[in-house]
Amino acid sequence: MSTTTATRHSRRPKKTLLEPTSKETYDSPKLVVPVDPNRDHVQGDPKAVLTLVEYGDYQCPFCGAAYPEVKKVQKELGSKLRFVFRNFPLTNIHEFAMTAAETAEAASAQGKFWEMHDFLYEHQATLADHSVALGYAKKLGLDTQRFEREIAQHVQEKRIKDDFMGGVRSGVNGTPTFYVNGVRHDGPAEAEALVESLRTKS
Amino acid sequence: MILNPGRKAPNFSLNSTPDQKVSLKDFRGQPVILAFYPADWSPVCTDQLSLYAMVMPEFKKFNAELLAISVDNIWSHLAFAKDRKLNFPVLADFEPKGDISRKYGAFKEKIGESARALFVIDEQGIVRWSHLSPDGVNPGAEGILSALEQLNAPKAQ
Repeated sequence: MSTTTATRHSRRPKKTLLEPTSKETYDSPKLVVPVDPNRDHVQGDPKAVLTLVEYGDYQCPFCGAAYPEVKKVQKELGSKLRFVFRNFPLTNIHEFAMTAAETAEAASAQGKFWEMHDFLYEHQATLADHSVALGYAKKLGLDTQRFEREIAQHVQEKRIKDDFMGGVRSGVNGTPTFYVNGVRHDGPAEAEALVESLRTKS
Repeated sequence: MILNPGRKAPNFSLNSTPDQKVSLKDFRGQPVILAFYPADWSPVCTDQLSLYAMVMPEFKKFNAELLAISVDNIWSHLAFAKDRKLNFPVLADFEPKGDISRKYGAFKEKIGESARALFVIDEQGIVRWSHLSPDGVNPGAEGILSALEQLNAPKAQ
């Protein structure tokens, strides 16, 4: 578990007199893997005019902090927004991130992705103990034998790795990384900044 | 100004551990990625080198080596590399401080740190792609992968 106190949103280029300087203006990278409602986890109206894509890691504290911010954005924009979550587990620094991603995907296989996604972010401190998520899977009425088997056999590993590489090719440089209508959002991972970005890029 | 594509990459020999040095010319015959960065210990979830450690299998598909370079000393590098499970050499441009970073145009004199600059060097030791990130921007891995693909693009024989 990371204990860093630094903020996630320090990557916007700042004016500086320090050398060397970058001569070009900075273009935010674009999402190169289009949203596919048949594959992606999409929340909200599939035909919404605004799309927010998050590449996230369930163990990342910045993602945990961004989770309620996304909820606020969804509340504010309502049916105008669809929200897409893709996996970007930083497994070399977050030892529980892969299992957590597999847990959400195993719930997804039984139609309960968003329930488990929310639960994991709301219980980040318990990720080391898989029985907590298993208990929730039971509560959701999932076939827990199948759920456990799919996690143990890494059935969703390829999908998660595909999400990851698609993110890398789109310029994901840490977690969380958001895309607003297909363009990387380099501002703060906070509701106000996300809403403003969504409104100006619509 | 950072070294532009087409230039010969200056050789160097820098410590990767207290008693081992790594030289650029050791890797002649394969592509080399040089990642200059300001300092060890940036926040984990946004750490450029942690991301590269995860993308390493993709770099390896191009037979590429990655060498990370900053002015931090070797003991900081060792602790940092262990903590972030880095799977490539992290070199100390420590004495004379920033000497190699300067040769690549990737040293910020006023604050005494390497810039966040990337170079892809081909099998013959020629810089084929370079990129300087704006302050505070982690460039991610996409530019490197595109540059490696370009190297691999079929050449006229």
